Amino acid sequence: MSAALLEVQGLSHRFRLKDGRAVRAVDGVDLAVGAGEILGIVGESGCGKSTLGKTLIGVLGADDGTVRFEGAPIQNLDGTALRAVRSRLQYVYQDAGAALDPRWTIGRSLDEALVIHTALPRAERDARVRETLAAVGLHGDQLSLYPHEISGGQQRRVGLARVLALHPKLLILDEPTSGLDVSVQATILKLLVALWKQYGLTLLFISHDLAVVRSICTRVAVMYLGRIVETGPTAGIFTNPRHPYTKSLLAAVPLPGGRRVIDEAWLEGEPPDPLDIPSGCRFRNRCPMAQPLCATDDPTLRPLAPGHNAACHFA
Amino acid sequence: MTELLAVRDLIVNYHSERGIVRALDGVSLAIGKGEVVGLVGESGCGKSTLARAILGVLPVPASEVRAGAIAFGGDNLLTLASAEIARRIRGRRITFIPQDPYGSLNPLFTIGQQMLDLMHWKSPRAAAAGRSAWPAVLSRYPSARRAQDRAAILDMLGAVQIPNPEQALAKLPHELSGGQRQRIVIAMALLPQPELIIADEPTTALDVTIQAQILRLLHREVKRRQVSMLFTTHDLGTAWEICDRVVVMYAGQDVEAAPTPAFFAAPRHPYTSKLLESLPRTDGVAQDIPGEIPSLIAPPQGCRFHPRCYFATTECTITRPPVSGGAHVVRCYHPLGASTGVAA
Amino acid sequence: MRSETALVLRKLAEDRLALVGLLIVLALLACAVFAPWLATFPEAVTEFNPAHRLRPPDSVYLLGTDRLGADIYSRLLFGARITIAIALVAVGVAVAVGVPLGLIAGIHDGVASNLIMRLADIFLAVPQIVLAIAIAQTLGPSLPNVILALSATFWPWFTRLVYAETRSVRNETFIEATVALGASPARVVCLHVLPNIVSPIIVRITLGLGFTILTAAALGFLGLGAPPPTPEWGRTIAESREYLPDAWWYAAAPGLAIFLVVVGFNMLGDGLRDVLDPRTRRAGRPRD
Ligand SMILES: Nc1ncnc2c1ncn2[C@@H]1O[C@H](COP(=O)(O)OP(=O)(O)OP(=O)(O)O)[C@@H](O)[C@H]1O
Ligand SMILES: Nc1ncnc2c1ncn2[C@@H]1O[C@H](COP(=O)(O)OP(=O)(O)OP(=O)(O)O)[C@@H](O)[C@H]1O
Ligand code: SF4
Ligand SMILES: [Mg+2]
Ligand SMILES: [Mg+2]
Repeated sequence: MSAALLEVQGLSHRFRLKDGRAVRAVDGVDLAVGAGEILGIVGESGCGKSTLGKTLIGVLGADDGTVRFEGAPIQNLDGTALRAVRSRLQYVYQDAGAALDPRWTIGRSLDEALVIHTALPRAERDARVRETLAAVGLHGDQLSLYPHEISGGQQRRVGLARVLALHPKLLILDEPTSGLDVSVQATILKLLVALWKQYGLTLLFISHDLAVVRSICTRVAVMYLGRIVETGPTAGIFTNPRHPYTKSLLAAVPLPGGRRVIDEAWLEGEPPDPLDIPSGCRFRNRCPMAQPLCATDDPTLRPLAPGHNAACHFA
Repeated sequence: MTELLAVRDLIVNYHSERGIVRALDGVSLAIGKGEVVGLVGESGCGKSTLARAILGVLPVPASEVRAGAIAFGGDNLLTLASAEIARRIRGRRITFIPQDPYGSLNPLFTIGQQMLDLMHWKSPRAAAAGRSAWPAVLSRYPSARRAQDRAAILDMLGAVQIPNPEQALAKLPHELSGGQRQRIVIAMALLPQPELIIADEPTTALDVTIQAQILRLLHREVKRRQVSMLFTTHDLGTAWEICDRVVVMYAGQDVEAAPTPAFFAAPRHPYTSKLLESLPRTDGVAQDIPGEIPSLIAPPQGCRFHPRCYFATTECTITRPPVSGGAHVVRCYHPLGASTGVAA
Repeated sequence: MRSETALVLRKLAEDRLALVGLLIVLALLACAVFAPWLATFPEAVTEFNPAHRLRPPDSVYLLGTDRLGADIYSRLLFGARITIAIALVAVGVAVAVGVPLGLIAGIHDGVASNLIMRLADIFLAVPQIVLAIAIAQTLGPSLPNVILALSATFWPWFTRLVYAETRSVRNETFIEATVALGASPARVVCLHVLPNIVSPIIVRITLGLGFTILTAAALGFLGLGAPPPTPEWGRTIAESREYLPDAWWYAAAPGLAIFLVVVGFNMLGDGLRDVLDPRTRRAGRPRD
């Protein structure tokens, strides 16, 4: 792996509720993203994927831990320093339609990114907007439309164009294809790979869809209840998963034309309440391999193969 | 296999501000006794519209059935009086599982109250009791029947693997997780001992591990009880898991119908083969389908897929292709795998 | 916002009551602007003709004359100017003070926010007319003091409204997304939050203008408005009391004027509320 562009250590974010309790949405995440990678973050709904992404870019504060971007710590920056980082580190929202101001035209929203981060004159900004618009496959005449006047797939393209215009280094994409039909999903994925090459990007690809992650990512991190429980090269994770959670997750994915999930073993129970994370290993009360040790000792990520780590005592 | 339900050449329009939406354009589909049929297609292709038409709950006056027939056990559901459907068929012989169980459970009543209320009106025992002289709302719930129904409910909650059924009855919908709510709704669909269940994307809102649990449960229960099911989904993987047969729709038209293994092994319609190719692959990025889904207000003439179809010829743009093939039905002038087709 | 403005106007045109309200408001504005030309006795504001006092309406004095023999119709027209001036300035000041305070309180969580909202609560706890009387009484009767009293009692309404709207818009994804893009707080507030809450503010301004006119008339009636020769509507009604019920026109004309104008603003405001309601307007977002 090339030198890490983003290095995360022990990162935590807690949502404090009105009654004083705290949701440990991100709870000690360790992660390294090398330049030029597409790193997939997979996990079930509510495991903290979006919270992790937002904590990385500083929209949410870090309660613990460090985030280093291009070698410099960026957690809990504010004001100008944070804005300077943001031109190179950007986040694309899960709900693309809701992430655009409903009262602004597409063109104005796209221009805004450049107004904020560059001192370019209007004509040059226009040129850059049109160039990125073409790169994401939209037409110039769509610039005068409002977000509700374009389709869901087009809204996602606009969301991408808005941050691409800044020529960022690292893009965090939050569920860029969820809710789209497979045919549209295929179009967006193709586009992402093309943009990745064209702009020399590094991508953090957040998704709950394992099949999509497998098709596009170079490396994968599996998240469960606010923690990364396994990371490794895509092929390693999918052909030789080591953590029991990863195994059950993979076993639950339907494979059209292949084996039938409903005929095979599958994961019992539902993820615990993030307000009440089990002691020891957080997966232990759903884990088919759990031993007494798992209730007392919290496993940390340990290397099992080159570049392949899992947080399980018995992996 | 004997046919339980047969939809023939159904045409349904919606009247919208921007014009007439031709949502179903001559759709035909049959469901055998005990068969699970998957209705597969992309968003907006008319799956829910078909489900609503069968249930007799198309919005009035926004929609209009222009032509067709829905045969179910000797009746044509399209000509039967709506009061008759409500009394004899909907909720008794045909039940419904919605996508979002939160919308179908009343947030103000406990699970137990809602399930007993359902049994009061729709249990097989209520059917046996016949009509009372009283207006329905005023009729009493005989306590003997109530006790029997309660026992049946607890049994069913056990069957759908709700832990502690007694406790679950006392809970309000929001106190249960999405997966648990979906189990309750499945139990409610099974309790009247229907002949047909219409399930409209029942697992779309769930995580893969929960989805696997629910699919397994649903499959086991309908097979054990020999209930037929129409299962709509936009997810080919889900259809593969649970369906005996798959019917694919594109922009308001049915394009292909085949037993699940045959369908996935060798799709015959150009659209469905493209759709399968757009599934994520293990080796690199999938192929997309060029072009966009047409507007249903001004849909293409003939085969609605022709503007995006590699094989399209002039005849495709004029009249809709007829049905061909035996067990593997396809509506296409140039089906794949046919000797007359253009080489793929 | 081309399409939006057009849509709002079209919907407004379909709403009969709002249209009537709009016409009344436009008529009031016309009266105020063209008073010198519309008036049959433009000098009636300052010159009197005691010989003709308390004449009932006829073809010369369209709405009769008052106790000093001045033409009520003409005085009414000039009174419209005062009414409009009071309402616009008072509401304008209330907006200028109340909206920024509401924005500040809505954006920040902390001491400043709490202070502003508690202060607004205190003002809101006293009935507005009582507070206005107290202020006007303390400062003495004059036009600027009336305006001051009205704005002092009206700003917390805007603060409350803007505070509540800001709180809800602040949680929208597009606001967070703009922050994530790197926008400064000032940009977020002025270019994204404010434009998304103007609709309820416009509605409140419209309703507030009607309400302010009513309160101003009440203050005038109590003798707390502009001093005597001013043709202020509330004061005119107060003067008329001694001559009722014989000189009915003396009170009826300004009373009717106040009634019409207040109803007009209310109908327009209610219509605007329906037309601008985001729930009906934003329903067009496509499903994906
Ligand atoms: N503003 C908030 N206040 C309190 N809890 C929150 C808040 N936002 C998220 N959470 C909780 O934090 C946990 C992680 O949420 P997050 O949105 O990061 O999950 P996710 O993995 O992105 O899920 P999804 O796949 O549904 O988007 C969840 O349990 C969620 O309920
Ligand atoms: N009440 C309505 N008025 C007008 N058009 C409607 C109405 N309901 C549905 N439609 C249109 O009819 C078509 C079919 O809708 P339907 O809900 O049946 O699709 P679907 O296949 O269930 O889609 P999804 O996967 O999004 O649920 C769509 O183009 C939709 O926009
Ligand atoms: S070949 Fe013709 S009929 Fe067949 S899918 Fe293409 S356009 Fe439709
Ligand atoms: Mg998320
Ligand atoms: Mg649907």
